[in-house]
Amino acid sequence: MGSTQLPPGTDETLAATSAAVAASGEPVEMVQLLGPDGKLGTDPVFSDYAKRIDPEKLRVFYADMARIRRFDQEATALQRQGELALWVPLTGQEAAQIGSAHASQPQDYIFPTYREHGVALVRNVDLAELLKQFRGVSNGGWDPRGNNFHLYTLVLAAQTLHAVGYAMGIQRDQKLAVAGDSNDPKAAVIAYFGDGASSEGDVHESMVFAASYDAPVVFFCQNNHWAISVPTEVQTKVPLANRAKGYGFPGIRVDGNDVIAVHAVTEWALEHAREGRGPVLIEAYTYRVGAHTTADDPTKYRELAEEAAWREKDPLERLEKYLRTEGLADEAFFEQVQADGDELAKYVRSTTHGLEVPDIRDSFANVYAEAHPLIAEEQAWFEEYSAGFEADQEAAN
Amino acid sequence: MATMTIAKAINEGLRASLKSNPKSLLMGEDIGHLGGVYRVTDGLIKEFGADRVVDSPLAESGIVGTAIGLALRGYFPVCEIQFDGFVYPAFNQITTQLAKIHARSHGRLTVPVVIRIPYGGGIGSIEHHSESPEALFAHTAGLRIISPSNAHDAYWMIQKAIECQDPVIFFEPKRRYWLKGEVDVENAGLSEDPFKAHVVREGTDATIVAYGPLVPVALAAANAAIEDGRSIEVIDLRSISPVDFDTVEESVKKTGRLIVAHEAPTFGGIGGEIAARISERAFLHLEAPVIRVGGFHMPYPVAKVEEDYLPDIDKILEALDRSLAY
Repeated sequence: MGSTQLPPGTDETLAATSAAVAASGEPVEMVQLLGPDGKLGTDPVFSDYAKRIDPEKLRVFYADMARIRRFDQEATALQRQGELALWVPLTGQEAAQIGSAHASQPQDYIFPTYREHGVALVRNVDLAELLKQFRGVSNGGWDPRGNNFHLYTLVLAAQTLHAVGYAMGIQRDQKLAVAGDSNDPKAAVIAYFGDGASSEGDVHESMVFAASYDAPVVFFCQNNHWAISVPTEVQTKVPLANRAKGYGFPGIRVDGNDVIAVHAVTEWALEHAREGRGPVLIEAYTYRVGAHTTADDPTKYRELAEEAAWREKDPLERLEKYLRTEGLADEAFFEQVQADGDELAKYVRSTTHGLEVPDIRDSFANVYAEAHPLIAEEQAWFEEYSAGFEADQEAAN
Repeated sequence: MATMTIAKAINEGLRASLKSNPKSLLMGEDIGHLGGVYRVTDGLIKEFGADRVVDSPLAESGIVGTAIGLALRGYFPVCEIQFDGFVYPAFNQITTQLAKIHARSHGRLTVPVVIRIPYGGGIGSIEHHSESPEALFAHTAGLRIISPSNAHDAYWMIQKAIECQDPVIFFEPKRRYWLKGEVDVENAGLSEDPFKAHVVREGTDATIVAYGPLVPVALAAANAAIEDGRSIEVIDLRSISPVDFDTVEESVKKTGRLIVAHEAPTFGGIGGEIAARISERAFLHLEAPVIRVGGFHMPYPVAKVEEDYLPDIDKILEALDRSLAY
């Protein structure tokens, strides 16, 4: 025994305290309505929100999930054939994205990370435009204001702060609108990010700012369990939803493979935000079935059994079971969904081949919004330099 | 014509912008009730309220990141970073996001954010309170960087920065905050274009280019050089990105000699860029190589020895001697 011997009883106290602290980090209850068996359960709070979803809406959920999965397969194939530089698959996360996106209203603004193809679909983004970034013909692609769906961001978590700032802008707009007697509907913001991004400092700062100003923002974390090869356990010791408590706003863990529960929870959270009650964190507990990107090899870091277990919880299969059991969709519906998916795949394939390679002059044009002498000088040099080649070409002819 | 300090001129400029543009707002730590650690925002929260003068959490990335979101929603945020050495936590938001959103959106989105940074040494302060990081930002396309050297410019340049559709980093020469000067609040004059350099003293034997805190030093050196019978032209660059090379080139074609002085380390700095460009543009007019006067390649030294680090009149005169010796 050295001089650091502990006083009597301390180790027991320490053990008991540690156990209590650890217990506080036990998984929170997860909101689930539609189980993997395709049966609809109840939830004391969110069943009321689920009741708003009529059969037609459920069929739209299914059709969108199936279409985006088909799109995902097509984009993966395009990457394998060298048509895309990279692809970021979403298979497994369809319910989290389709369910949450359908809970948003047109006036809500959405900040995605880079895997939210399902959200893009619901927001009517042309999926061929979405592929521009992955084909290397644009660093954006679509008009963010056209659909209130922001550009993808590769620097993790940067957009969570933009989302909070945008939400702070909405608050100010509402004050100005009251003064000007506007009839604009109330709006909120959704910030999508993953379990890996939750470790970034910007997520922390965004939650601090959102809480401080009661910003109308919903943080939607898709916990897909793997940040490339690093598991969630390395990102956090407590369920991610629990972190919200520390900032002073509600955090909910929802079964991210249950499109009904995701929709119900997100609809509640958006209403909460729009009504000026402050931010909400939703942790959609889901799984990235495929690779992180087409450059990744998940067999190097995770067990096939784990993937297989999650396939049992597949979001499409469980909704299909429910629709069939309840007689809400017939065989013709499912055939039509498949045909629509094939049509979408065909469209994406043909438009990808046709995506135009931009002229570098477009890049000169958009570095600054206002005239800039250095840009003008460099572009003039480039024009002269290019003209030299053309003159050589003409001389050769 | 009113006489005021640079700090007061910025305060008045901010006040004018807050008044004229209901969508402009200030954000930063301690800028509200305290009025900023340098009192540059003094009294503004009383006049415009906490929604327009936002005392933010202590988080530089958060300040700039939320400002980007506000700008995307149609606002004109002006962020205050408390000291130069504290801007680095926001470096990611500034260089990977703020600078690039206009380009990434094919020109569909603009982010008219202004970032105010008190910068430079000479105030006897401790570590991280005296740095000149302008070259780090100037290397990033998409940002504009300006630095006033007098009260009139300070009053107008901050307003022009807020009006600008591009992101602007506004470096405030903190050791000159209390420098008084005349401000014409009716007429911007040459300040109408904040990205244009000013010839603040005409001369024929050599040109000294400086900006921000070193403009008074360059002027003092030019005055001292009269004793040796030398006529020195002094240019206040004002804009660090873009650099107004036309004005510098024109001056060098007249004088044949160029000295660039700034507090930042000379290696990889703005002075090197000016030297290279002017060598390309006016090689046959140069009577001597362009000489840089700046900081050493070391972390900003402790306050008790900063006088040995900072460019002063003697260092500029020494550079002039070397230039004129060719």
